[in-house]
Amino acid sequence: MDSKAHKFRENAKVALLDPDLQRALGKARGGFVDARTQAFSCLDRHAEIQDAAKQIKDHTLSVLDEYLVLFEKNVNKVGGKVHWARTPAEARKIVLDICDDVDARRIIKGKSMVSEEIALNYALETAGYDVVETDLGEYIIQLAGEPPSHIIAPAVHKTRQQITDLFHKHHSRLGLKERVTDIPDIVNEARLVLREAFLSADVGITGANFLVAETGSSVIVTNEGNGDLTNTLPGVHIVTTSIEKVIPTLEDLSGILRLLARNGTGQEITSYTTLSTGPRRTGDKDGPSQYHVVLLDNGRSEMLAGEFKEMLRCIRCGACLNHCPVYGAVGGHSYGWVYSGPMGAVLTPLMVGLDGTKDLPNACTLNGRCAEVCPMSIPLPDLLRKIRVRQNEERITSVRARWFMKAWGFLACKPHLYGWCLRILAWLLSWLWGKPHILRLLPFVHEWTATREFPKSQGFTFQSAYRKAPNSHE
Amino acid sequence: MNQPSSPRPSVGLLVTCLVDLLRPNIGFAAMKLLHEAGCDIEVPSQTCCGQPSYNSGDLETTKNIARQVIDQFEFFDYVVVPSGSCAGMLIKHYPKLFEAEPKYRNRAIELASRTRELVSFLVDDIGYRVPARRLNVRVTYHDSCAGLRELGIKGEPRSLLESIETLELTEMSDSEVCCGFGGTFCVKYGDISARMVSEKIASIEATSADFVLGGDLGCLLNIAGCLSRVGSKIAVYHVAEVASDMIASGPIGKDAGST
Ligand code: SF4
Repeated sequence: MDSKAHKFRENAKVALLDPDLQRALGKARGGFVDARTQAFSCLDRHAEIQDAAKQIKDHTLSVLDEYLVLFEKNVNKVGGKVHWARTPAEARKIVLDICDDVDARRIIKGKSMVSEEIALNYALETAGYDVVETDLGEYIIQLAGEPPSHIIAPAVHKTRQQITDLFHKHHSRLGLKERVTDIPDIVNEARLVLREAFLSADVGITGANFLVAETGSSVIVTNEGNGDLTNTLPGVHIVTTSIEKVIPTLEDLSGILRLLARNGTGQEITSYTTLSTGPRRTGDKDGPSQYHVVLLDNGRSEMLAGEFKEMLRCIRCGACLNHCPVYGAVGGHSYGWVYSGPMGAVLTPLMVGLDGTKDLPNACTLNGRCAEVCPMSIPLPDLLRKIRVRQNEERITSVRARWFMKAWGFLACKPHLYGWCLRILAWLLSWLWGKPHILRLLPFVHEWTATREFPKSQGFTFQSAYRKAPNSHE
Repeated sequence: MNQPSSPRPSVGLLVTCLVDLLRPNIGFAAMKLLHEAGCDIEVPSQTCCGQPSYNSGDLETTKNIARQVIDQFEFFDYVVVPSGSCAGMLIKHYPKLFEAEPKYRNRAIELASRTRELVSFLVDDIGYRVPARRLNVRVTYHDSCAGLRELGIKGEPRSLLESIETLELTEMSDSEVCCGFGGTFCVKYGDISARMVSEKIASIEATSADFVLGGDLGCLLNIAGCLSRVGSKIAVYHVAEVASDMIASGPIGKDAGST
């Protein structure tokens, strides 16, 4: 998917005025936050579990190469194959070659954010394959021709009415002419349509929430069971995933799993937690005959070596999105790429480049609610600030903004001069109050006064008044 | 950490650039409370703590400003700031800023250990209680993000307010959700900020409080601006103004008169 992050401002403007989107976001916002609070209210030793999970990730990242090699060795041992992809293009080619090799025609997919990251559907469809998403949310946005707007709830931006309309439009030609409006009916209709796809697919592609080095397993957590069908029914199972997903042991997995669903959907655990370990063995009743794991780098090695290493602890739980007031106002599509919200505002610039993603790290009040809920204690506001520093160093920040800061900084280091300027400004602001026709002409002021009254200043500065009468408070 | 050298601790008041420019009354309210709490107060020459440049990614400018703050304030027993975000800047960010400059780093760490947000200083360090003051109002309190999340300030303003007997505190829903101020954010992304603050004032209005209080002038200006735009009667004050009974000059954003 090409990044549209450079259009963040325009996207956000449209999003703020879209009543359907706002309704959908409003509903999701409260729901996710309450569910998470509820889920943790009955978990003892939350802090301890979280700390242990962070340590597992930190340890793994400190010797990531070793665990990746161990993972590959164990995948080979059970008859699977690991493919290394430095870039999205390499990853796409690997998947296309495998599909070509087995003469595939129909491909079904479970939800995979890495597959979104490498724009896999577009590549497969362009190559002539019939691709069907089987996760309900992904299926809905596939019908709508849209990218996901949330890492764990890809169609969270859609209202039920919109889904009804979409299904009616696309399913009528399959003979399903009745409009389905209730959630169970919507789900059943999707099941009906997808069943056919499950049974006729040649290749199943899933993502992975984790990779377990000691067993060579890939792990997915789902609530619909579609992942299990995707990785057992077709003859070939391809896992599209990335290098930071590896953890050492099954024991580690069980520790981190206690946090994942609680933070995302507010469940203690998702309905399905599925481990895939190699292709079908002799005697197995089902399973694919080929098992491939595509390990994507796409900038992660560079992150590992630098000041953004902590971002690689992310387990894609979605809590930071759910608690972000900016995400809650503008929705995921405004961010213009695969990842959105706080984690997206860090990842997108690092993966697609600082140019063209300028707004993402800046469109944030640094209120810190994301870091407060992040199960991996990722200091998201600090990382956003670090990207701002890079923008400044690489002169991506506008000349005007940089010079303004320099001029202001110069003044702020000359207290005497600054004091005089502030006095004049205080007087000026109090004079300007109640003169909207002049205020409107001043830079930035309009952004404030469009929705807020301009504040009345007292007309003098604290320091000038204090120096005149230092003991007035006594 | 230096222990207070005399029974009357010396306090350097960092009034913050916003208070200096837009609401001197908060500075005087802070002084009144600190005086009642038995502190010797000084107001060294000052400009800003450097947050605007820090949050814009200009570290050089920020360091220049921070060095000046350290030079001016390191001689006091305490540095007291009537703002969670500016106090947080000194406490959490100055030491990080000088990671590669050992000389200033040590001084920054030392300064951080003696820096306090005003209300938490009064309540936690001094055990100050508001002297008999009557104020028959119903108030609600907005938890500004930096004070809450960087410094863990939550109970302190509430316990200060509860010591005013006739005052009634009612909690708004989502008091911990950001109001959308965010320093330059509110003018760089005015429409997103506007959406956030309109949700905040909906929570405030639902309490039918007379006053909404907070500990950070930035957020209060944002909330006040939006409340007056929608014609709300709810008045906005810094918690220090109410605790010191210095509200005669009118609420924030409105005609404040003189102190
Ligand atoms: S950054 Fe933290 S909260 Fe956000 S998705 Fe990743 S793990 Fe979850």
